[in-house]
Amino acid sequence: MILTDDQKMLQETAASFLADEGGPTKQLRHWRDTACTDGYGTDFWKKFGDLGLTGISIPESQGGLGLGVTEAALVLEEIGRNLTPSPFLATAVAATRAIEGTAHGERWYPGVLAGEAVLALAVEEGPRHAPEHTALAATRSGNGFVLNGHKQFVVQGNSADMVVTAARTSGSPGDRTGITLFAVLKGAAETERVNLADSSKAARMAFDNVALDADAVIGEVDGGWAPLSRALDAGRAGAASELVGVAAGSAALTFDYLRTRKQFGKLIGEFQALQHRAAHLYGEIEIARAAVLKAAQSLDSGDERAELFVSVAKAKAGEVASLAAREGVQMHGGIGMTDEHDIGLYLKREAVLGELFGDVYYHRNRVAELSSY
Amino acid sequence: MTDLDTFRTDTRAWLEAHCPTEMRQPILSEADMCWGGRNWTFASDAQKQWLEVMAARGWTVPDWPRDYGGGGLSADETRVLKEEMARIGARLPLYSFGISMLGPALLKFGTEEQKRHYLTQIARGEIRWCQGYSEPGAGSDLAGLQTKAEEKGDHWLVNGQKVWTSYADKADWIFCLVRTSTESKQGGISFVLFDMETPGVSTKPILLISGNSPFCETFFDEVKVPKEQLVGEINKGWDVAKYLLGHEREMISGMGLGGGGSLGAAMKPADPMLRAEIAAFDVDALAFQAMSERFAAMWKAGEAHPASPSMMKYAGTELNKRRNELVMAAGGSDALEWDSERSKTGKAPRDWLRSKGNSIEGGTSEVQLNIVAKHILRLPGA
Repeated sequence: MILTDDQKMLQETAASFLADEGGPTKQLRHWRDTACTDGYGTDFWKKFGDLGLTGISIPESQGGLGLGVTEAALVLEEIGRNLTPSPFLATAVAATRAIEGTAHGERWYPGVLAGEAVLALAVEEGPRHAPEHTALAATRSGNGFVLNGHKQFVVQGNSADMVVTAARTSGSPGDRTGITLFAVLKGAAETERVNLADSSKAARMAFDNVALDADAVIGEVDGGWAPLSRALDAGRAGAASELVGVAAGSAALTFDYLRTRKQFGKLIGEFQALQHRAAHLYGEIEIARAAVLKAAQSLDSGDERAELFVSVAKAKAGEVASLAAREGVQMHGGIGMTDEHDIGLYLKREAVLGELFGDVYYHRNRVAELSSY
Repeated sequence: MTDLDTFRTDTRAWLEAHCPTEMRQPILSEADMCWGGRNWTFASDAQKQWLEVMAARGWTVPDWPRDYGGGGLSADETRVLKEEMARIGARLPLYSFGISMLGPALLKFGTEEQKRHYLTQIARGEIRWCQGYSEPGAGSDLAGLQTKAEEKGDHWLVNGQKVWTSYADKADWIFCLVRTSTESKQGGISFVLFDMETPGVSTKPILLISGNSPFCETFFDEVKVPKEQLVGEINKGWDVAKYLLGHEREMISGMGLGGGGSLGAAMKPADPMLRAEIAAFDVDALAFQAMSERFAAMWKAGEAHPASPSMMKYAGTELNKRRNELVMAAGGSDALEWDSERSKTGKAPRDWLRSKGNSIEGGTSEVQLNIVAKHILRLPGA
């Protein structure tokens, strides 16, 4: 449960790259305030490619780094700490895993490696995470399929060159079998760009008799659950790690504020009422980070309890990031309510990441179900 | 095969051959734990045999040096031994404050002679220790302790009172904080060891709200302690005391692990509101388990902050209190039975009441948070 030398080196590389170039002034605020439709810099995504990071999960035989969820999580913690907008989670961690070992991997990996192609994952059809309840209908028609239905909360969906889309080819919503993944190219479905609370972009996608060739199928017809789960679990562990970064970044600002802000003639960090809350928060962040590491390592080693650990990590990290951001705004007082100060940005980011791939309640319930109660 | 794989294979075979079947059963009560010491009565031949074979191999303290009765194992080998013991459900051969608290302090601060003398006895389970720290007027403010040790030529003369001395009535020796100077609060404390049968030492058990008496009041009336039983330097006992507390807190944080299983799976809560609370608890408990694994690895690798046992102690004990609250809630009126035909020992309510002490003993939760604020977060004036 400690990092290898290689992992520490990757962590340092990612930390210095993102601290130098990924901070809120250069990225998040810049793209938000210039009303960028992607919400991130396309040149900046190319830099991820130059560093090899876009290929972090792509097998070495196909030109990638061939690393695990553990390494992706290290990068994501730094992304979270700097609130860096990028397609890293959606593309390099989640979607690339869904197309692993298929012709779609061959087709898209070169573009991803170059930091040019963006891929997204379309799962949700309602406001809450429910992958088993996929209802988007894919009906056989001639040599292919016709899709009817809708998707929402497709993170980076409006920028994506290809969206890995979960559809139902048999069974009923709630069944794990009968789900099929399709590669849906840009422009195939009617796509509405949605600005989320944290100024990141997601898409609502409407499928009105969208015709796809048979070769748009990713993997097996009716057998989409396995690659979807692989992508979702990597995405959940990754989002959890990003949440730990959000918590740590927000806490760092808050602890600094406690060391510098004066009221009643003394530094507010001298007040025990605040010291104890800060110390509690510190411990919770350490625990969340350990839970994320456990989840990532268990996914990488194929541990039979990996799903359980992933849900523990997502639930714990969501809860802790929310605590860090809430405490951050409160302890900053009035300045914490202003757009000028960065602390509020952490609160917004935590809300979006907390929801992505299942919120605290979804994952607590999954822990209970996986533990047979 | 790596050396570690070979070690695992050999260890597995050795444990299979030497761990008695009775010592592979879960620990259900205090009586199942072997504490050793000169007055110990073994609960069974198996308990005695298990202690003897493990001690002979140095595996009661696997990572201590062989010269002091340890097994001389590396951190990885120690972990493998733990995993292999857990695999067959082997009990610890010996529970001992000598192992978990005094030993690490002696390894760091003891003289060569003290190490050879005390550590080997601790490793073999021949000496049972208690801890003389808290006093009626020195609880959270431990450094305010008043038990006095006067220098009298070849010995110290100790007078005063300790409280919350765990198992003082059963212990052979005590490691004790005494005041050797009033010039400075923390800088006037010394760390001494002495036999509980020394004339002038007496103990009185304290009845707790749980109905049990794991703690005592301990009185010292003109107790003579030979000079060579001082650990570390005179008036520098606070350094020894703090180092030992780190190990104590690490040990106490282990209660956050519970039995290791899912509370929800054990309780099967039918009420949806209770199920939700228990699921939230299970998330926290599993996350803490991961933290505990990570902390152990970081501590051994020297990557952990020296004050991090305070964070672990706080989190682990608060978690154990929550676990007991939920056991009581899920148990309903069954869990209120103090003694009955159904529940002869009233385990649920007694454990629940006992757990209230977890966030007090070894330094309160509030003291741990103070330590984190001061030493890790470096907050002003903390």
